[in-house]
Amino acid sequence: MSLDLVLQYLTSQSFAHGAWITLLITVVSLLFGVIAGFIIALAQQVRFAPVKVLVTGYLWLFRGTPVLFQIIFIYNVLPSFDIRFSAFWSGVIALSLNEAAYMAEIIRSGLSSVKKGQRTAGQALGMTRLSVLRWVVLPQAARIVLPPMGNQMIGMLKTSALVSVIAVQDLLLVANQTASADFRYFEALTAAGIYYLGLTTIFMFLLATMEAALDPKLRRARATGAAGFGGLVRRIISNTKKAGADNAR
Amino acid sequence: MPAEDTILELVQVSKSFDDLQVLTDCSLRVKKRETLVLIGPSGSGKSTLLRCINLLEPPSKGSVLFEGREISGDLRHGDKVRRDIGMVFQNFELFQHLNAVENIMLAPMKVLGMSRHDAHDLGLELLGKVHIPERADHFPDELSGGQQQRVAIARALAMRPKIMLYDEPTSALDPEMIREVLDVMTELSNEGMTTVCVTHEMGFARRAADRIVFMEDGRILEDAATEEFFGGKANERAQKFLSQILH
Repeated sequence: MSLDLVLQYLTSQSFAHGAWITLLITVVSLLFGVIAGFIIALAQQVRFAPVKVLVTGYLWLFRGTPVLFQIIFIYNVLPSFDIRFSAFWSGVIALSLNEAAYMAEIIRSGLSSVKKGQRTAGQALGMTRLSVLRWVVLPQAARIVLPPMGNQMIGMLKTSALVSVIAVQDLLLVANQTASADFRYFEALTAAGIYYLGLTTIFMFLLATMEAALDPKLRRARATGAAGFGGLVRRIISNTKKAGADNAR
Repeated sequence: MPAEDTILELVQVSKSFDDLQVLTDCSLRVKKRETLVLIGPSGSGKSTLLRCINLLEPPSKGSVLFEGREISGDLRHGDKVRRDIGMVFQNFELFQHLNAVENIMLAPMKVLGMSRHDAHDLGLELLGKVHIPERADHFPDELSGGQQQRVAIARALAMRPKIMLYDEPTSALDPEMIREVLDVMTELSNEGMTTVCVTHEMGFARRAADRIVFMEDGRILEDAATEEFFGGKANERAQKFLSQILH
């Protein structure tokens, strides 16, 4: 084994590009996944029967089949119906649609965790339904939703490696190709692992920052200078403990 | 009673949820600056009647007139009607993610478009009015029940309502905190705020109410001036109810 080679891989353009693709796929899929998940969560509250059937069917389909299946299906089967996407977008679409199904459940439980009386109180003040949703329900639901959503986000970073099967040049594919070309599996995979851990760590810090920003009391504490980096690290450690059980995909 | 003095009128309001008839032909007239106390056994429809006034529950039949205009016809504008009708709930329902002053600021900013600065001034002024100016940056779970309810009153007042509705405002409070809330309500009532209050606090009713309305089984059975009501002139059912709650 050679640490020099690990370092060389780490700083190589192909690894950096692979990590960039991994990050891009993750972030774009998360963005679409959260937006679609939010729409599905709202649609679940609609009483109109056809909407209910549609939503239930969607959740059944995307939670009932493996993500890997969905990726391959969109990339290999849809073109026979003349629907074609690049490998990158096939991956993003599959991951987004899959993520939306899980996000929808998380967001739905967050929305329903806000008691009905809170909405009634908003309405009684003359606020419109949309205004109540935006200023009363969402801020409270966001705090409930963020930790499980964070698990999903970090999960996505790792799930994105599945797109390597349809030849997207993501971090894992680059590492694997490099390894088999040079017969240096240890060094290439170590370099990839370091990139993954680096990205995960950045995600964890981002999430902890968002959680802190959404915690009104912490916001007040920060104004008086009582919270800081130490609080952020403590938050990450407690999140990691919570996330331990969440590996069921 | 001259019509221009009437601020609120219910005409033969009925309400049913599926098969359950909750209100039957309730008619009521509230004059400006008047304080009216609604009493009756639990399940008699008092809270539902209150919610029909600001259209949180649309009446199944009958109409609600506010300042001479029928408001129960077109429910799409319910939010506009509710700007002028303040409401206070049994469980306070302060917004949990906002501190006391922010709770008061939200509606003026989002509904009336008031600037943050003006809304903050208004919030502090109203916290003074309910006697807790020092609690502005406390969150609901850091306040006692009595304090929470007073913030809730201030929050409703921030919209400069023309009438205040109270739905059992002291029922969820520990006994030692009931007084501070009733005092604020009495002050407002004495300043001329039109008030409709559902409560079991007969002391408050005697002190602040101009009229007492007694309900049972979704019907208004008695509507009398306070002195008459407590002076033994109320009808038999109302008398019986009174003797039960006064032990």
